[in-house]
Amino acid sequence: MRDGVPAISAAGLPAPERWIGRGENARWRVIARTAFPFLVLAAIWEIVARLEVFPRRLFPTLEEVASAFVRLTLSGILPHHAFDTLVRLTAGFAIAAIAGVIIGILMGRFRRAEDIFLPLVSIAAPIPGLAYAPLFLLWFGLGNFPAILLVAFVSAFPVIFNTWTGVKAVKEIWVRSAQAMGADNPKLFRHVILPGALPYILTGLRLGLAQAWRVLVGVEMLAAVPWGLGWMIFGAREFLNTDVMLSGIVVIAMIGLALEKLVFEKLENYTVVRWGMMS
Amino acid sequence: MTGSSDRVRSIRRATVTILVAALCYEAIARSGYFPAVLVPTIPKIAAALWRSLLDGTMLIHAGFTLYRVLFGFSLAIVFGVPLGIMMARYRPVQNFVLPLASALMPVPSLAWVPIFILWFGLGNTVSILVVFYAATFPILLNTWSGVRSVNPLWLRAAGAMGADENSLFWKVIIPGASPFIITGMRQAFLRAWIAVVGAEMIAASDWGLGWTIFDAKEFLNADVMIAALVVIGCIGFLFERLVFGSLEKATVMRWGMVKAVKS
Amino acid sequence: MSHIEIRDVSLVYDTPAGQVPGVQGVSLDMRESEFLCLLGPSGCGKSTLLNIVAGFLTPTSGEIRIGGKAVNGHGTDRGVVFQDFAQLFPWRTALGNVAFGLEMKGIPKEERDEIAFNQLKLVKLEKFVKSYPHHLSGGMQQRVAIARALAYNPSVLLMDEPFAALDAMTRDAMQRLLADVWRETRKTIIYVTHNVAEAVYLADRVIVMTPHPGKVKAEVVIDLPRPRDPLSVEFLDCQKQLLAHLGETHQVS
Ligand SMILES: Nc1ncnc2c1ncn2[C@@H]1O[C@H](COP(=O)(O)OP(=O)(O)O)[C@@H](O)[C@H]1O
Ligand SMILES: [Mg+2]
Repeated sequence: MRDGVPAISAAGLPAPERWIGRGENARWRVIARTAFPFLVLAAIWEIVARLEVFPRRLFPTLEEVASAFVRLTLSGILPHHAFDTLVRLTAGFAIAAIAGVIIGILMGRFRRAEDIFLPLVSIAAPIPGLAYAPLFLLWFGLGNFPAILLVAFVSAFPVIFNTWTGVKAVKEIWVRSAQAMGADNPKLFRHVILPGALPYILTGLRLGLAQAWRVLVGVEMLAAVPWGLGWMIFGAREFLNTDVMLSGIVVIAMIGLALEKLVFEKLENYTVVRWGMMS
Repeated sequence: MTGSSDRVRSIRRATVTILVAALCYEAIARSGYFPAVLVPTIPKIAAALWRSLLDGTMLIHAGFTLYRVLFGFSLAIVFGVPLGIMMARYRPVQNFVLPLASALMPVPSLAWVPIFILWFGLGNTVSILVVFYAATFPILLNTWSGVRSVNPLWLRAAGAMGADENSLFWKVIIPGASPFIITGMRQAFLRAWIAVVGAEMIAASDWGLGWTIFDAKEFLNADVMIAALVVIGCIGFLFERLVFGSLEKATVMRWGMVKAVKS
Repeated sequence: MSHIEIRDVSLVYDTPAGQVPGVQGVSLDMRESEFLCLLGPSGCGKSTLLNIVAGFLTPTSGEIRIGGKAVNGHGTDRGVVFQDFAQLFPWRTALGNVAFGLEMKGIPKEERDEIAFNQLKLVKLEKFVKSYPHHLSGGMQQRVAIARALAYNPSVLLMDEPFAALDAMTRDAMQRLLADVWRETRKTIIYVTHNVAEAVYLADRVIVMTPHPGKVKAEVVIDLPRPRDPLSVEFLDCQKQLLAHLGETHQVS
């Protein structure tokens, strides 16, 4: 599950837990080992830039990128772009999460809902989300509204599918045990179906958020929103401001990493990992 | 196992749902409440699809898109599978690649499009590189964890039966890791398919399904847009079900390593 | 008056491949606090009958009464323990699992935690109150399941091969523990098993069932003093007697 892409934390970027109880020495070794590939990459970048394989404007040195990054951050431009992107992401994903979980649960519990939603979802899902973008722009005009709506629409599918699967995968034996102990339908739902399906629901949310993130950057380029990281990168292209574009990518990478590490790993550790339903 | 009566029933229900949805759409389109150019009727969409198929333009668009996606996807396999295996077998490779992968993976491939345009100009190269970027990570990481998850008992058993390094690799490690590798390719294709459509839109390049949709927007040709959406959906579905579905059936499902295809 | 009355109960499974008889024409009477074992080869309909009594399956024909009241669906007068360790809720601690039934009744937290704790003590798990199921061994998980089924004080306990997936040593210990629990709580127990020695060790009375269709073949009263000695001559005699009944049903396979 969970996107099939295994969690990297265990062996990749060192998770904080792995440092605890070790000597300072070991801790520095881990940091050095993690930093080493980035240093190598930076060195190669710098050599290519200084040899001017590409024109300097199109392939700036790291120093230039760093100074653009600092300049844009201090002037508040970069934070503004990032903030607007995050607002769109949050709004779109929140709609998708709420609607997706509700639809998925209905589909899992009620035959009728499954009959209605499953064909529609199966038809709409295989079309890549961004392909809907022009249609949404045509219908709703440029700007924030179609961007958020599209993000919500696209990221709802993994949430729906996984919630549905999760509800169906709730063990019959749990339902029976709970019923034998006197759980009525609302209690069964709250105390058994929901926690039982939670590993799947979390996977769906994680996939949905990743999807939302991938689509949003593209949507911002197409929807001509006034602020947003995707738009910033796209707009900088006109003036060949490669240093600005690369600064944008750095922020995008940081946000993407933070979403994965801070939000979902915490949530999972607190619930399904503690319960031994997911390792 | 669902019984055959269940199957018939669900097909019947699905047909009903889709018909009702289509009727609703048609009613909205004909109500005149929205401009007809924005919400074309179903016959108009069908006509647009038919026309573009007959005069061959849709096929050429699809051909360009497929060329880009398959080229980039093949590059990703050629690059990702061996590297993933090396990561699992050699510790220094893993220590070097993994931090880079975890830093680069959260960057959506489309974020690179404007930069690639500057570096490589408009054209096929940008789309192919974006597809490559999108497809590499799922393949790389799934291969890596697939090889690491190969049951050590199989390795010992094969060793005891006299397998040398070479046959150990081809006869045990590769088949053992294949459920993961196939899953990785499947996810990679899904992402590649999204990436190619987006790249074609942003790096407008005259041909390609993504470009068709985006270009049709300029002329308010909603019927062409929806027709292209249908083609995109069909190709994506075909690959997902036919290509990867049968690949999975021919290998890991036959070996009982995964029970059912996750849809 | 008998505590459980099973009157001519039959159940036919409707499958895509056709109709499969589950149980056919079973009639039984149980008195209060009786320990009854359903014994038979696998596939003979033991689980089906137990699930009908539990109320998870509705019989195609026939009727079941518990304490004079007709059974209609599941109810808190019966506790159920399954064979599968996975029956515990992984998102709840041992205590949380045992307290579940009380929570459903709306009993305040302090009170239900106390009752649940006492139940865990009864199955000798007071040290693992705060553990999540995946940190417990199979035998411990089944003990939690028993405590859970007893906690809301049902008058009947239904057990479907609860120890079948345990290793032999653990199983022996669990059987002794169950016999103790039964002596203390005096529940009416229906216990499904395909293990002859287990049936003789636990039961007041053993019902031997035949497969295809599942029918009652024989009824054997085990009149040995408790605690029973599995090595005694009388014990072995009972086993031989049951094996003889089973052997007749088993000739085909
Ligand atoms: N859900 C079901 N659908 C169809 N047939 C079933 C089902 N459950 C059990 N059976 C059939 O009913 C018979 C009795 O099954 P069961 O009660 O599970 O036996 P036991 O518990 O004694 O092993 C078997 O032949 C089995 O194949
Ligand atoms: Mg059974």
